[in-house]
Amino acid sequence: MKASVIVFPGSNCDRDAAVVLKSVMGHAPAMVWHGDSELPKSDLIVLPGGFSYGDYLRSGAMAAHSPVMREVVSRARAGTPVLGICNGFQVLTEAGLLPGVLMRNAALRFICKDVLLKVERNDTGFARHYQEGEVVRFPVANKDGSYFADDATLDRLEGENRVAFRYCDASGSVTADANTNGSCHNIAGIYNKTGTVLGLMPHPERLADAALSGTDGTKMFASLVEAIH
Amino acid sequence: MKARITITLKPGVLDPQGKAIEGTLHALGFGSVDGVRQGKYIEVEVAESDPARAGAEIERMCEQLLANTIIENYAYELDAA
Repeated sequence: MKASVIVFPGSNCDRDAAVVLKSVMGHAPAMVWHGDSELPKSDLIVLPGGFSYGDYLRSGAMAAHSPVMREVVSRARAGTPVLGICNGFQVLTEAGLLPGVLMRNAALRFICKDVLLKVERNDTGFARHYQEGEVVRFPVANKDGSYFADDATLDRLEGENRVAFRYCDASGSVTADANTNGSCHNIAGIYNKTGTVLGLMPHPERLADAALSGTDGTKMFASLVEAIH
Repeated sequence: MKARITITLKPGVLDPQGKAIEGTLHALGFGSVDGVRQGKYIEVEVAESDPARAGAEIERMCEQLLANTIIENYAYELDAA
């Protein structure tokens, strides 16, 4: 299996993504600079977290137009799995691979803590190691993590079962209290129509080591390795 | 030509920064303030000197990058540079 992690100027979670990918694949992914117009053959493309372009103009807005993104969009449309984490999710919405937009957190604070997520479906390459309805713990670290889409888009996402994860409480209830940033419908992550592109604000790559007191994140990468083989 | 572009949130889109500014204005004694929305102002100089062509170029820039048209509107004025 070959994976590529795209590195934008200001990305800072690219190495964490590479560490977990190496641990599940058995070999390191390719680290691809945003300025390269060529992308190696990849079974998985990861857009990592961070502050690409300093979040200038809008988070992910300029990274979405990087030379390499033309190829990433083309591969995604042809079916290559793409995982966008945090800033990567913002890049995916700005690049038009996922609908909606990530806005400033409702309480205007940078939120840095572990949150609980409900796994909405496990029938994708990203989630087959989870149970449907399972409650998992992932860290969030963002200031622009509030998911917004208009009512027609939200209806479409819900109708097509494209919500991947929702903020929830320990019992799996999707409550307003569990929604730390004001995201519509408590949405923490969404899929594209074919379930091959996933964008989520929480960081699975940051809870993928027992030494860090959690491995709920490892399952996502292990699912992908299994799905791709 | 020089374009002066303003980018504003569409009506109805939550603007917590505008609300925070409103609260601080109230705290400063401007009690009659009844709504604040924050936007962006961007200046772009283009080599094109024909206003219609320059305007079309600016609109393409707004649609493709400067505004996220899901949540933002844009407006611009053109001056001779």
